Order: sequence, then structure tokens, then C-alpha cells
Amino acid sequence: MNNSIVKERAWGRPELCLDLPVWGLYCPGCQHPVGARLIAEVLDELGIADRAILIIGVGCHAFSGFALNFDVVSSCHGRAPDLATAVKRIHPDTIVFSLQGDGDCIAIGAGPFIGALTRGEMITIIMLNNTNYGTTGGQLAPTTLMEQRTTTTPEGRTADREGYPAHVAELAAGFKGTAYSARGALNNLANYKRTKKYIKTAFQKQINNVGLSYVEVISACPPNWHLSPLESLEWIEEKVIPEFPLGEFKNVDRIE
Amino acid sequence: MTEKILVQGNEAVGLAAVSAGCLYFFGYPITPQNEIPEWFARELPKRGGVFVQTESETGSINMLYGAASTGVRCITSTSSPGWGLMQEGISSIAGAELPCVIVLVQRGGPGGGSIRHSQMDYMAATRGGGGGGYKNIVLAPASVQEVHDLIQLAFYLADKYLNPVVMLSDGIIGQIAENLEIKTIDFGPLPEKDWAVRGVGRQKDGKRRMILHGRGVIAGPPYFTYVNFLDHLKEKYQKMADTEVRYETYQTDDAEIILVAYGYVARVAKEAVKMAREQDLKVGLLRPITLWPFPYQQIKEKAELGCKFLAAEDSMGLLVDDVRIGVEGKAEVHLLDISARHMPTDGGMILPGRVFQEIRRLL
Repeated sequence: MNNSIVKERAWGRPELCLDLPVWGLYCPGCQHPVGARLIAEVLDELGIADRAILIIGVGCHAFSGFALNFDVVSSCHGRAPDLATAVKRIHPDTIVFSLQGDGDCIAIGAGPFIGALTRGEMITIIMLNNTNYGTTGGQLAPTTLMEQRTTTTPEGRTADREGYPAHVAELAAGFKGTAYSARGALNNLANYKRTKKYIKTAFQKQINNVGLSYVEVISACPPNWHLSPLESLEWIEEKVIPEFPLGEFKNVDRIE
Repeated sequence: MTEKILVQGNEAVGLAAVSAGCLYFFGYPITPQNEIPEWFARELPKRGGVFVQTESETGSINMLYGAASTGVRCITSTSSPGWGLMQEGISSIAGAELPCVIVLVQRGGPGGGSIRHSQMDYMAATRGGGGGGYKNIVLAPASVQEVHDLIQLAFYLADKYLNPVVMLSDGIIGQIAENLEIKTIDFGPLPEKDWAVRGVGRQKDGKRRMILHGRGVIAGPPYFTYVNFLDHLKEKYQKMADTEVRYETYQTDDAEIILVAYGYVARVAKEAVKMAREQDLKVGLLRPITLWPFPYQQIKEKAELGCKFLAAEDSMGLLVDDVRIGVEGKAEVHLLDISARHMPTDGGMILPGRVFQEIRRLL
């Protein structure tokens, strides 16, 4: 009988998530730090954390950048894909990824995002979609749902005034230089595990030098949704996922 | 004998950049600076460098931000409308304290203005259009050779101060072709760039690097408060102002009128001084080479000796404000501005004869 005990860590904070007070900036029920944790786990498991460079934008997602143990550059609002482009072109052997919010990525950052997609940059873009501007107090974003109330759509989003929600994973999949595009959610364990798989596949595409990889993660924002954390998870299931279907929209091993 | 080649001012930017070890260019097409990105697009891939045509000038400046954060020498160029688009990025690079070089080839304004030369971005370049009151060293060449030499100086100063350095060219300096002696200029040793991002595993101390432009959002070492950081910036800007003033004087020793001009108009003004001296008129030229920091002290000393000043510039009057600051109310300051252009076509430029005429009027 083998009496040696094999210890396996089954619970706790990934080492790449530094024990810093920055995490405390997140509101109760916010899923942004969950997304950050998944990224940390994936980069650790792929063995690429020590050559990863993270570009953060401006918004709640950026707090995670201050507390993840990567080399980090904070960009101007929406410009992370521009910085990531330059860093990756200069150091092709690093793993370069941007972490952005929905407003950062597809409102103010639509130009850099489309530019990077057009050029098919060998970078990974992770967009946390909470359907509003969380940091500034809950204003309309391109991803805000129809009839969703925000501080700048007090009567709810209407097509006449604000148009329709922007579907970014589908948009990214439409570019030839895109290797991978997927949308996941964190509202239950099954979706959590699938989202982790999406993030892992996205980084694998960069390791394999296939093309640009993009993952959108639907992330609860209870204070600005005016819901409890638990109600937020239900709202994701009932309202957000029907508007923003989950899954892989493009997954290729070669661009040809 | 040193070999010289005939090139445009815009092409000299590229030749100088590679001599300075810069192999990274990010830029967007705009007249009258297109020869610059075209030169880099042609020459950098051969040398193992990177050229990216960006989606806009905001793309250019933010790619430059990313490149600078890796510690490489990097450069972009633009003309006046593109300069406007770059301002948030320049402010952020200044806030993040990263070295880079930005070339602004001035065209006419406001707005789309004209696609030809002008000197209408003096304030936009020297005062900074982005938020926060940052300071950038601004170098103003008056010849193709000086474009080449100042670009190399710009890279050195950027690395020395960890700050953007701007070269303020114009449509004429960019487009004229002159003889150029290509050489690598050694300005001395610089500190190691141990702050650059390269991946935690590749850092000598194994610790992560964070490059932030919002120092007051989350304060951290080495600045424990936002004001600590601003104190540091103030000290750096003061050191630049104290040590980096550069200028050229011509016939100023006994001058009663001193012309102040930069860029192409400084060449014109020098010819006017020669015309004046032939008629025994005591006229000299002070040509600022750094527009920031500006040679205020030199102007003040001449003002105290009783000199009059004539600012000559191809704009509605911008440089003249710095001359006024310099004289501290102790001397007359006159302005010969864009209205003095000779206009055989809809372009036109200020010519020496017109500057001389103004000198005669003032003496």
C-alpha cells in the first residue's frame, strides 16, 4: 500500500490573482473578477503566464489588470487593440491579450477593434459584456438590451433613439483574419466551464499563430441592473442569453 | 570627403531614425507628410523592423504607446488634422512616462485648412492639446540636414527624460530636397530600460511591470499619492527647461532689431538679415531650435539691452506670444505674419524681400 499523500489544491485563489485590495473595488455579485480568474487559470494551465502581456482599457475590467500577475500596460479608453498590435508585432514570442469592457471594446474602441480584426493581428481580445457602462454609473452601451433602463435611457432602450444591441462575437467571426470567436456566460456551472474552454481555445489559437482570437463573456452587473446578485443570474438566463446566444461563432486552425 | 545624398526632409526622418536604432513606425496617410510612412514601409521590413499602416492617427499614437512600453525606439508622423486626433494618446504617453518621437509636418489650418505648408500648429505643439498640462520637448528643424540631426537628438532626449519628443516640421522643410550627410550621432550613455514590458518570466527580478497613465486612479509605488507623482513630473519638466534650450543666433551682437523665426521662415529671415546688413542696418536673427523649452532668457537679455523684436512666422501669430513672454514688457515686439505671403498662386510663402521691407519700416 502506498502511504504517500498526494496533495492537490482544489479550492482557493489562483497564484496569478495577487492578494491585493484592488479586488475589493468590485461590487457584490459582479462577475468581472470571475472572468479575470478564468483568464489566470487558463494562462497558468497553458504554461504561458510568464510570457504574457496584458493590455487593459478603461472601465471596471481594468481593476483586474492591477491585480493579475502579468506585465500590464493600461491603454487609453478603447485603444487596447492598438497597443496590443504594437507589442505583439515587436515581440511575436509573447502572448499578448487585451481585457476590455463592452463600451471600451465596441463603442469608443470600435475603430481599433475593427482595425485589429481587419489586419488579423495575432492577439487575443477578451470582452466582458455587462450591457452597460458600469464604472460611470450605468449608462447606455451598444450592448444594452432593448427596453433596458440605464441612466441615459431612463425609459428603457428604444430602437428609434438608440438602435439595437451590437453583436460583437458575430461581428468578429465575420473577419477572415479571425481564428476564433465565441461568447460565454458565467451564470451557472455549465456555462462557467464552457467559457473557460472558450478562453483556453482562444489562447491556444494565439500560441499556434492562427489569427486573432476573441471571447466575449457575459458578466453580471447587479448594482446597475438594479437586481440582486441572484436575480442577475436569472436575468442573464431569461433576457441576456436570448439576445446574445452563447457558443463558438468561428473556430479554424488555419486562415486560408 | 564626406559623401552626401540628395533627399527630401521627409525622407531624412526615416534615414535618421534607423541611424538612431529605431525600427518601428506606425502611421496614417496625410498630406504633406506621406513620404515619411512610405519611406518606412519600404525600408523597415528589409531591416527586420515593423511598419504598420494604422486605422487612424489615434491608432498611430496608441500603437506608438504600445511600442514604447516595450522599450524599443519608435516613431510616428502626421500633419495638422492628425495631430489633433493624437492628443489623448500623447497626454497618456506623457503620463505613463514613455519615450517616443512624433513628427508633425505642419499644413494650413484651421480644420482641413490647406494641404500646403504653414506654421499654424506652434501652440498645439508647444502647449499640448491633451489634458493635464504635460510638457514635451519640441524641436524645429530649418534644413534637411537638421531634420536628420534633430531626429537623432529627439530619440536621445526621449530616452533621457522618458518623455515624448516632438519634431515640428512644415510642408516646405518636409518637401524640399537638399544635400544630406548621413551619420550616426553619439549623444552618450543612457540608463537601461528595465521598466519595459516583456513578460514577467523575462524580467531580471521576476517581478511584473505595470505601465499606467492614470497615476491618480490607483496610486502605487514609487509614488504614494497623485501629488507625489505630479511633484516628480514638475521636477522633470523643470530639468528639461533648465538644460535643453537650443537656439542659433546670426548677427545679433550689435543688432538693434532681432528677428525671431523658426523652420522655413528662419531661412527666409536669415536672407533678410543679409540684405539688411548690406545696407549697414543692424539686424540679427535668433532662431529657436527648441520651441519648448523656449530661449526666453536669451530674448530677455537682448530686450534689456534695448533691442526691438520682429517675430516672423507663417501663421496668424503664435510664436510672437513666446517672444512677448521673453521680453517681459521691456521691448517692442512686432509681428510679420501669414498675411505677408507672396501669393503668385493660392499657395505662396513669406519671401526675404517682404521681411526686409518690414525691417526698413521698423528702423
